This record gives sequence, C-alpha cells and structure tokens, in this order.
Amino acid sequence: MFKEKLLSQLNSVEEYEQSPVPESQWKGWGSFIGMYVGEHTAGTEFVIGPLFVAHGVTASDLIFGLLIGDLLAVLSWAFICAPIATKFRFTLYYMLEKICGIKLTSVYNSVNALMFCFLAGSMIAVSATAVGIPFNLGMPSLNQWLPNSFEWIIIVLLVGIVTTLVAMFGYNQVSKFANIAAPWMILVFIAAAVAVLPDLGVTSLSNFWEIAKTKIWTGKALPGQSQFTFWHVLFFAWFVNMAMHIGMADLSILRYAKKWYHGFSPASGMYVGHFIAWIASGILYALFLRETSNSMQFAPGPIAYRAAGIAGAICVIVAGWTTANPTIYRAGLALQAIKPKWKTWKVTAVVGAITTTAALFPALVMKLLEFVALYGLLLMPMGAIIMMDVYVLPKLNLKSNFAEFFKRDFNPSAAISWVLALLSALFFNIYFGVEVFFLGLPGWFVASLVYIISSKVVQQKVGKPMETLA
Amino acid sequence: MKLLVKIISYMSLGLTLIPSFFVFTGNISLDSSKMLSFIGTIIWFVSAPSWMNKTKE
Repeated sequence: MFKEKLLSQLNSVEEYEQSPVPESQWKGWGSFIGMYVGEHTAGTEFVIGPLFVAHGVTASDLIFGLLIGDLLAVLSWAFICAPIATKFRFTLYYMLEKICGIKLTSVYNSVNALMFCFLAGSMIAVSATAVGIPFNLGMPSLNQWLPNSFEWIIIVLLVGIVTTLVAMFGYNQVSKFANIAAPWMILVFIAAAVAVLPDLGVTSLSNFWEIAKTKIWTGKALPGQSQFTFWHVLFFAWFVNMAMHIGMADLSILRYAKKWYHGFSPASGMYVGHFIAWIASGILYALFLRETSNSMQFAPGPIAYRAAGIAGAICVIVAGWTTANPTIYRAGLALQAIKPKWKTWKVTAVVGAITTTAALFPALVMKLLEFVALYGLLLMPMGAIIMMDVYVLPKLNLKSNFAEFFKRDFNPSAAISWVLALLSALFFNIYFGVEVFFLGLPGWFVASLVYIISSKVVQQKVGKPMETLA
Repeated sequence: MKLLVKIISYMSLGLTLIPSFFVFTGNISLDSSKMLSFIGTIIWFVSAPSWMNKTKE
C-alpha cells in the first residue's frame, strides 16, 4: 500500500524529468521559503554548531563569518543556480545528460549516491546517541573513529534498519511527518539554548556578548581539533551546500520558481538553520563542556536532553531520522537512474545497508565538517561545467549541450574538467596545505577554464554532429 | 473545528518555546520548562497532522 503510494508519487514526479516544468506548475515565494527552512533545520545542525565550538571559533568570527558566508550562499543560489533553473526548467540530471552524456552522468550519480549514504549514516549515528540515553549507552568521543562498544553497534543497527525499512515502504509518510516536525524542531533548538543561558552566566541581554566571548566561543580549540578562524566559518557557511547552489543540484527545485529572483528564498533556511540553529546548538555544547570539564565525549542526544529534557532527545531523534530518511531515498533514486530496471525497494535496501554500516563509525559525525566540505567539492565541478556551457560556449561559437548535439554518450571535455578540478584541489591541499573548506573556490575556476579550453579542442576535432558523419 | 485545532497547535508551539524565556528571566525552573516543552511537543504532534499536510494536498 505504502509502496504503491510511493510509486504513484514517483510517477507524477517523473512527468517533468525530460521536459521543462509547465507554467501551470510554477510556484511563488511561499512554496520555497518553508521548504528551505525545513531542509536546513536538520540533524546536521546538532553537530555543526558544536563542532565550531570544538574547533575554537571566537564569538565575533562565528557571528560575522556566518552572516557573510550565509549571504554568499544565498547570492550563489540567486545569481548562479536560479537564473539557469528558470531559463531551462530542467532537472540537474537532464541538464547533465544533455551536456555530459549518459555515461558521465552515471558516474556523477554514483558519486552522489555514495555521498548521500555517508551523510545519512552520520544522521543515523546522531539519532543513536539519543536512542541510547535510556540504555546508558557509552557515547563516542570527539577524536574517536571506530565503534566504542557492542551496545553502540546494536543501537546503530536497529536505528539503521528501521530507517531503511521506512525509506523502502513509507517515504510519503516520512515526508509528511518531516513537514510537521520542522517548525517544532527549530523552536526546540531555540528553547533549549535560551533555557540554559543562565547556567552559563547570562543574566540579561547586556552580558550575553561577554559570556559568549569568554564561555561559549572562547577561541581555544579542544585537544586534537584544528583551530578555526573567521575564514573557516565564512567558507564553511558558503560552501556547506555547494553541491546545491554552485553545483546546481537545486536546478531540480528552483525550476519550479516563477521568477529567477525566487532564488533568494534559501535565505530563510540559511538564517534560521545555518545561523540561529548553529548558534543554539553551539550554546548547548558549551554548557556540556563546562559541566564536564571539557569532556571529549561528543553526543548530541544527551546534550539536547540536558537542556530540553525529553523534548530535546525526541528532537535529536526526529532531526536525525527526518534527514537520514529522504537522504537514503535520494541515494536510491540516484542509483536507480543508472539502472532504471532495478526495483526501487531493492536499491533502497542496498543503500540502507551501506548507510547503516557507515553509521557504525563515529568518525562520520566527528568529521562532519570536513565530509560536508568534501561532498560539495566533489560535485561542484559539474555546476561550473553547466554554467560555462550555458553562458560562455555560445559566445565562443561553440555548441552547448555537447552530448545532445553531437549524439554522444560521453563528453570528454566535461570528464577532463571534473578530474582536473579535483586533481588541482588535491595539489593545493598536499603542496600548499590548503584545507578542504577553501578548495571549492579555486576548483571552480579550474573546472570552468579547463572546460572552455577542452571544449574548443574537442569540438574542433568532432566537427559535425554524428548523424552527418555517419 | 479546524480553526480551533489550528489554534491549539499554535498554542502548543508556544508552550514548547515560551517557558524557556521564563527560565531565562528566573520565573520558573528548568525542570518545569522541560515538562511544559514536552507537553507542547505531544499536543503539537497530536493536533498538527489533522490540518498541516491536508492544506497542501
């Protein structure tokens, strides 16, 4: 029954997968503002805010870094992704098929699916820290990479199995549940932080900033954690969703927008989820550190429970679960795009198994900042390729949509650009010590430049469309 | 009826959030705030599904 509902929903979505979204389906501000708040107030927020504290960010670096980084992210959606989304109204996958060909798109889908598995895995681990509270589960610590107990493995497996089963048969219900949970979740974040402020010594608004500087975001990294600066915060906030805006994954969403300027609507998600929620979860973690004399334990469940009681623990479970579930489902869809004949439930089961196995390793949670940055970096070059293909190639008298025009299933220019962009990032990282958070920016320019040059070379060699050659 | 359920839902969100400000001002204890938040949570998840997704369909 659930599966039938799911399949019927999928069929309705597929209607516009190979064609532009018709005008009757275009949507205004209201549809996007709520969606982006829900999407960016999730389980990851319970991890990212505390990790900023662990990495020794100062209060002013955090506030100004987030304000500017979030603004840059919004501008990236509005000026890079939305204009292309509303010009063509195609999904990312269809754009990639037209430009890169089916083979390269399949590689992209595989990488995307694997990244989704790891992201969902980290959320299952976050949920497990809350599920484990009544069982006195020994929680993982900040520098821990491997499972620390048999009980941890059992609880993660149980959470993973339940999440996978729901993703297989009840995605529709989870989607509805996530909609209901979203406004409540952000209020629990805020309530938890406000309620513990007196325990940190904040007695009025006037002394908040002083306490924030001396007891919350102190500027001192915990042992084993790298020191973050203003630039780390700014670039992380900008690139945390790099795959979505600069990487163009949100073409699939913003193609429904009536106007390109509806691309400013992610501001709701940025400033509620990636500003208020990160600050709130950072406050909770600072209190935990203070009360445990800088314990290295890192578990969002008990931290939220300490501040907001049962509602806090439920919030962690719900936040982790409602993030993991659609992510597993999306990973399944990405794999199914490669082999459409595979059954949806079988693909989802395989994805769930990979995700649950990944969730066993706390490293996924403890290194979430690095993982999210890597995720954006890996997928970003495709966004650069699409942008050059749309705006620059026609001005150089080169053909856009190489795969479609030349009837090829593989665009060598796009492949070379993707690989060289990532190799250049690796080069900057190894030889100049540039951290993963900053690599997206030079990587974008490398991908763009290589795509323009290689397209000129490749298109000169290919010359005419295949049907005229044959 | 639907309007009444909506009002109850919004009040439950208030019950989840507002007590924390009373803790901040020193009017109630953290434990009381946690209890009120939990009650607000229950009322929200019982009442909201009856109207929230239906308006979108």
